[in-house]
Amino acid sequence: MDNVIRRRTIGARVARFSLYAVLILAALFYLMPLVVMLITSVKPLEEITPGTLLSLPREPTLAPWVKAWGEACTGMRCEGVGGYFYNSIAIVVPAVLISTAIGALNGYALTKWRFKGSELVFALMLFGCFIPFQVVLLPMAQTLGWLGLSSSRAGLILVHVVFGIAFTTLFFRNFYVAVPTELISAAKLDGAGFFRIFWRILLPVSAPIVVVSVIWQFTQIWNDFLFGVAFSAHDTQPVTVALNNLVNTSTGAKEYNVDMAAAMIAALPTLVVYVLAGKYFVRGLTAGSVKG
Amino acid sequence: MKPASTPAARPGVIVPRAGRPSPAARFQDWLPRLVLSPSIAISLFFVYGFMLWTFILSLTSSRMLPSYEFVGFAQYARLMTSDRWWVASTNLVVFGGLFVAICLVLGLLLAILLDQRIRQEGALRTLYLYPMALSFIVTGVVWKWLLNPGLGIQAMVRGWGFENFRFDWLVDPDMAVYTLVIAAVWQASGFVMALFLAGLRGIDDSILKAAQLDGASLPRIYWRVVIPCLRPVVFSAVMILSHIAIKSFDLVVALTGGGPGYASDLPATFMYAHAFTRAQIGLGSASAMLMLGGVLAILVPYLYSELRSRRHG
Repeated sequence: MDNVIRRRTIGARVARFSLYAVLILAALFYLMPLVVMLITSVKPLEEITPGTLLSLPREPTLAPWVKAWGEACTGMRCEGVGGYFYNSIAIVVPAVLISTAIGALNGYALTKWRFKGSELVFALMLFGCFIPFQVVLLPMAQTLGWLGLSSSRAGLILVHVVFGIAFTTLFFRNFYVAVPTELISAAKLDGAGFFRIFWRILLPVSAPIVVVSVIWQFTQIWNDFLFGVAFSAHDTQPVTVALNNLVNTSTGAKEYNVDMAAAMIAALPTLVVYVLAGKYFVRGLTAGSVKG
Repeated sequence: MKPASTPAARPGVIVPRAGRPSPAARFQDWLPRLVLSPSIAISLFFVYGFMLWTFILSLTSSRMLPSYEFVGFAQYARLMTSDRWWVASTNLVVFGGLFVAICLVLGLLLAILLDQRIRQEGALRTLYLYPMALSFIVTGVVWKWLLNPGLGIQAMVRGWGFENFRFDWLVDPDMAVYTLVIAAVWQASGFVMALFLAGLRGIDDSILKAAQLDGASLPRIYWRVVIPCLRPVVFSAVMILSHIAIKSFDLVVALTGGGPGYASDLPATFMYAHAFTRAQIGLGSASAMLMLGGVLAILVPYLYSELRSRRHG
């Protein structure tokens, strides 16, 4: 009897051990590229060729970061990715705020002021989440030209707002559907208007979904490359485009450490957001996919 | 016709209707529609109008600039005889199929393992998921470095003493498309894990208890009871992943550049190259329309089943 129990616990222990081993191996697989990126970005160039991916720098240096930020060549110019980082901020901040505000109002109107055809309107807008953007690129380029917004930051903001509101409307609509209607009906009977009800009743409970929407839009727009490369010029490019140019610029010796530092710079904002607000990030990712 | 003032009124709540509504009240009724109208207009113009516009362009002989000289479906016929388009489409099937399949298997496996009351579950979950926060450009740049035969993984393993180790897929025309699979799986499988984990947590414990009382072994319970419960999650995950696969553009640009030659082109890079750099707007538009067709082929069955289950559930 005793024997059986002991054997079982040993078996269970082995199982438990292999379980953790597999999970940790998987963690290493996901972690390895980030670690390599970080190690390489602080290695002097002379240590890269003789060393290997995982060998630690003997004389760690921040010079590659400095160079990536302010001196490295991205195509014809050699001013680093710093300026493009600011471009990204200048595009992302207004685009996120505007698309979230519009999405909130849309979601509110679609759920609390239903009218004939409001479901159809929602379905119509939702489709915008699914189209491959290649199908709008050429007309968009021409339209931006007509509007006088070709290759401008304002043009990119417009593009991101236009194709972002489908998602933000979806988030807010699904969130507001669950807010009880009784309060709003009562407020309507009391004569409160559309905006007053939104401001006083809906907005105060919207904090979680605002965070989800802001984070989702922030990561989407920050990480965008397609619109950035199609609709920007040298001085309005977002950082993802600049990073790609930097890596593909071949003048002199290839500076892998600078490439990695630039990649870290481009990745840091979304990584920081993910670490600080991972819960909301996951909720945004799953909002459209898991029923609720 | 019903007046527009009844929408949110619950049955039983009496809406006062004293004669003709005042102009202010009527304005309030129309306000929600007014608020929605810019978005509706945007959607009609920028989504539906642009789709139509691209379709029209695909019927023209446009090269460098859009022209409206119609040539029927000649651009589609050209696509069908274009070797590069076939390479791109075949690559999408290979890349998309492997990407979706591996993400599902890996995601499900990790989710099941993580669901065994693991210590530090939160930390592990964070590690599995963080690549999803990165830009595909960053992912491409990093994996290009890792897969670089001279300095990356191949060199490292050779340095450990395995002199004949070969891992040069990045520069091998037959294998380059698989490097896209590796990088994309790295980026998205953690997300699939999160989807499955949420699904697992949603399964009623009593079902599992009952199966255990029946004496079923753990793998059997998972195979026969748990995984069938996750069917809707599998469905959503397949939808999202194939959508990512069809839209994949940045990853190809950053990791392989479509090369060597055009060996690892995908339809998204094909479209961009022809419409924006090779002055073949007509052909590029035709390829964009086929991409849209591909998305619809996945989307329509998904939406159909979604609507059905909502009606029945």
